[in-house]
Amino acid sequence: MILPAIMFYLFSAVAIASGVMVVSARNPVHSVLFLILAFFNAAGLFVLMGAEFLAMILVIVYVGAVAVLFLFVVMMLDIDFAQLRTGAMKYLPVGLVVGLILLAELVLVFGSWAIAPQVASVVAAPLPAASGFSNTRALGDLLYTRYFFAFQVAGMILLVAMIGAIVLTLRHRAGVRRQVIAEQLARQRAETIAVVKVRVGAGIDAEAAE
Amino acid sequence: MTIGLAHYLTVAAILFTLGIFGIFLNRKNVIIILMSIELMLLAVNINFVAFSVRLHDLVGQVFAMFVLTVAAAEAAIGLAILVVYFRNRGTIRVEDIRMMKG
Repeated sequence: MILPAIMFYLFSAVAIASGVMVVSARNPVHSVLFLILAFFNAAGLFVLMGAEFLAMILVIVYVGAVAVLFLFVVMMLDIDFAQLRTGAMKYLPVGLVVGLILLAELVLVFGSWAIAPQVASVVAAPLPAASGFSNTRALGDLLYTRYFFAFQVAGMILLVAMIGAIVLTLRHRAGVRRQVIAEQLARQRAETIAVVKVRVGAGIDAEAAE
Repeated sequence: MTIGLAHYLTVAAILFTLGIFGIFLNRKNVIIILMSIELMLLAVNINFVAFSVRLHDLVGQVFAMFVLTVAAAEAAIGLAILVVYFRNRGTIRVEDIRMMKG
């Protein structure tokens, strides 16, 4: 019983500390690396809660795709990040005030909030612990039956995002020779080959000059 | 010393507040702002999963997955826009981005 509590405090402390470092690191590469650490620890929290599938998805999608995308972009763009940070201290007080107000509101809302006693009777899909399935199987059962339409829409969103990202970043540079197969196939013999009679001792240049 | 719903909600609230704070602190750097938004979406996901486990209802985890999908799409599109903007203008300062202002 003591071990889950220790792990919870470890994961959440590291997650919050890396969250602080994400917003306050001077070097954006360090920010991305701390973001990865925060995602890993959030995945640990998910495992503690019993949502193993989401934890693995978090590691694969967030750490494997999104964070690496951030890392690529940060390293690709040649930006003077120190210059971007000038005047950050100017916004520190208002940021602190807004953040503390929001935190106080969240604490007030969740602190005074109680779960209705009849909520157990309106559960839409019981957790797998009751039905004996693993978390992944139960999630798949739900996702591919009742939420199939939403699942398809999510796939469509990803497709649109992929096409949009490609369309946005694709560029045609001027002066780069590309292979155009249609042009190659449409070439006629007449416009590429000419039969020239060459006189002895004169050469092709003399023939072309006449 | 059992870990209950309140503990997870507290962690999520702190992470969400850190995201808001990051947006204010790094007002000039779009990349850090995008990272802060990712932090906030992560906090939302922790809330979803915590309530899902507390209420013994799997739907919360399904919706956490949809949030994750949308977050991935948002990051991809946002970074693509950022790369195109940097290619055209040579800077990513937020206050320079006002070409579409009437």
